[in-house]
Amino acid sequence: MLSNLDALMHGFSVALTAHHLLLMVAGVLLGILVGVLPGLGAPNGVTLLLPLTFSMDPVSAIILLTSLYWGALFGGSTTSILFNIPGEPSSVATTFDGYPMARQGRASEALTYAFVSAGIGALVGIVVITLLSSAVASFALRFGPPEYFAVYLLAFASFIAFGGGAPLKTIVSLALGFGFGMMGMDTVSGSMRLTFDIPELIRGISFLVVVIGLFGLGELLLTIEEGPEFKGASGRLDPRGMLRALASMPRYWVAVLRGSAVGVWMGITPGGPTAASFMSYGLARRTSRNGVRFGQGEPEGVIAPETADHAAGTSAMLPMLSLGIPGSATSAVMLGGLMIWGLNPGPMLFIEQRDFVWGMIASMYLGNVIGVILALATVPLFAAMLSVSFSIIGPVIVTVCLVGAYTVAGAPFDLWLAVAFGVAGYLMKKLDYPLAPLVLAMVIGDKAEDAFRQSMLMSSGSLGVLWSNPLVGTLSTIAALFLLWPLASALLGWRRTSKAMRLAPPEPGA
Amino acid sequence: MRMFPKAAAVIGTALSVALPAAAQPAWQPTRPVEFVVTSGAGGGTDLFARTVQAAITRHNLVPTSIVVTNKGAGSGAEGFVYGRGAQGDPHKVIFGTNNEWLLPLVARVAWKPLDLTPVTAMAFDEFMLWVKEDAPHRTGADLVAAARERPGALRMGGSQTRDTDQTLTLLIQKATGTRFTYIPFRGGGEVGVQLAGGHIDANTNNPSESVGGWRGGQVRPVCVFRREPLPVGPRVTETQSWSDVPTCASQGIAVEEFRMPRTVFLPPTVPPAAQAYWTDVMRRVSETPEWKDYIQRTAQSAALLAPAEMREMMEREERSARELYGPEGWLVN
Repeated sequence: MLSNLDALMHGFSVALTAHHLLLMVAGVLLGILVGVLPGLGAPNGVTLLLPLTFSMDPVSAIILLTSLYWGALFGGSTTSILFNIPGEPSSVATTFDGYPMARQGRASEALTYAFVSAGIGALVGIVVITLLSSAVASFALRFGPPEYFAVYLLAFASFIAFGGGAPLKTIVSLALGFGFGMMGMDTVSGSMRLTFDIPELIRGISFLVVVIGLFGLGELLLTIEEGPEFKGASGRLDPRGMLRALASMPRYWVAVLRGSAVGVWMGITPGGPTAASFMSYGLARRTSRNGVRFGQGEPEGVIAPETADHAAGTSAMLPMLSLGIPGSATSAVMLGGLMIWGLNPGPMLFIEQRDFVWGMIASMYLGNVIGVILALATVPLFAAMLSVSFSIIGPVIVTVCLVGAYTVAGAPFDLWLAVAFGVAGYLMKKLDYPLAPLVLAMVIGDKAEDAFRQSMLMSSGSLGVLWSNPLVGTLSTIAALFLLWPLASALLGWRRTSKAMRLAPPEPGA
Repeated sequence: MRMFPKAAAVIGTALSVALPAAAQPAWQPTRPVEFVVTSGAGGGTDLFARTVQAAITRHNLVPTSIVVTNKGAGSGAEGFVYGRGAQGDPHKVIFGTNNEWLLPLVARVAWKPLDLTPVTAMAFDEFMLWVKEDAPHRTGADLVAAARERPGALRMGGSQTRDTDQTLTLLIQKATGTRFTYIPFRGGGEVGVQLAGGHIDANTNNPSESVGGWRGGQVRPVCVFRREPLPVGPRVTETQSWSDVPTCASQGIAVEEFRMPRTVFLPPTVPPAAQAYWTDVMRRVSETPEWKDYIQRTAQSAALLAPAEMREMMEREERSARELYGPEGWLVN
């Protein structure tokens, strides 16, 4: 551990040059921009910048690209909160409470909560990487298909099990999500599923397009119906909101801690930032004292997913460098970059490329601090956007949404999909179908299915493989408990009430 | 000056028309060029295309700018369908492997192998048989013996289904009379990590997919599917280089040669002059230090197939694939 601190100091000496600091600022600013635009997103941003890095030395190149990633993570939360349009898949969970807060005129508060907690989550992630790099890398190796499936099931169970809406509607929403998620070529059987011989569907349906439609356009339709005005979203520039949020931040230390733990865990295993944010939100809703107020503009509902999202984003860099496992789409692109710069990800990277690895880790500290500062500086600017009249901002949102949907794959077909999902989102909201289960099922359903079928191939069809060693056994058991929790608590609740009824004196007239 | 006759030869085979040697090319790009990559970002084909892009940019081989787009869904089907749709547009260059002609055999996709215009195959990626560092099998022969003892008990990992890795597994099984349980994953990197973690017993990764794990003492190659060992090069681990890996045939696995071409295509019905132009650009790329470095680092074998040779290879491979896949029930077309 001490040698790691030495190495980190060496890393700072590599990263702390004017040139590198400039790259971090540039990267973060660009990142915030691509993060704010839905559909563009971090993976596309990194891909666009990649050719620029061919002529750089690897340390500068990775600093630029990772800074852009941090910036995009911050920027992605902005539009989730202001317009209910997640700029990044991992900021979907931020919309659940962030957007209601914005509608109550607490936009700058919500943004401040989001950025500060994201910054803290990121720092926790980096500290873990710094101190435990060797142990963590070998831990990640223990994850085979059954372990992956158990992790996904756990993420899934912790978000879904407490269920907000009507159970049947939740199941319909889930089933739709699984259905959309499985379109395209199946990894395990190699056959095309649900593509109806339409070439555009080979790709499957992009999760981002669905989100842009369901959340962005769907919300816009609702707004139009309710009167062409942002209800209650007072556009006043409110520096006091920011200060208030900063001052009350310490009160939420439990949420921050829980979110960081979930995030680091999901980043390392690696379940990815999106699953982490959902899982953290679900856990917070169940365990927090403020749980009942979730979904109506509760700050903790912003803090929980944001902390986990960033903690996962940063800690996922470790399996990427040491094992070559990309934890997210963005780190997959960066992996490609590593190879082009002439580096081979693997355990030897930490020994042979100390400048690169530790320079990058040091830059993660600096980049995220710069990220928080720059993101906070943009709060007044973005909050002011809410005061623009709807007749101007409405069309702008539609344009941004459609441009975003097009950018995902450069396919005109996706524009129609986005519009269709916009209408679907509007209808689902009107009919009280929850959207979150659909989104979650789309994101991890596909991966969970692969992992499950791979496990079944390995065990020739025996479910026992999910309890075949202590690690996977523990994960599966916790997941199963979470799934049964609502059932158990309903039973317990029923017994308690019936007991209370027996003990209570009969009501007069009963 | 030295390269000049070679250039003329390549253009000659490409066009079978004599071009005036020093004149302006008959066709050259007039707007930005799109490199369509038939794999996801970070995949082998992505690295191939981006290396070509980097070489072109650094040596100014193409007058306009180049954009790389990843269309890797459905094992690359997305990119090939896109390329086929861009009929007659020589500003789109499609990068792939042998999936261009093998995928239409096993999946229902909207193109036929000979639809696209072949440009060249620039390299052949090798396949090796890998085991975990501390596996009891020291050699390829050991592994086969273990598989023979307990049919189906050993797990062979690979990327995708009915793709090159599973094809090779099939060939190994036929050649040795053994049976492995094949488990498909999303990509070579993932397969490598699964082997390092001991969740599978062997895989058939390309050298570049597992070089990090070999150097880090997690996995080791037991043999290479090649007629002779790889040429002598610098050391990869402290004691060994790629040339120290014996051929699989010498280990009693009678699969003489199995390799995957890195291919370049243009959309259908592009002017022959454009085909010649890109053939020449790729030839010049293959002479850059960036390309040579890429070939060495990824332990591939350099090649430069003329379009006619490539077409011949496509037809030959398709025939043998049909023979192999037919009895397995893999063929859909």
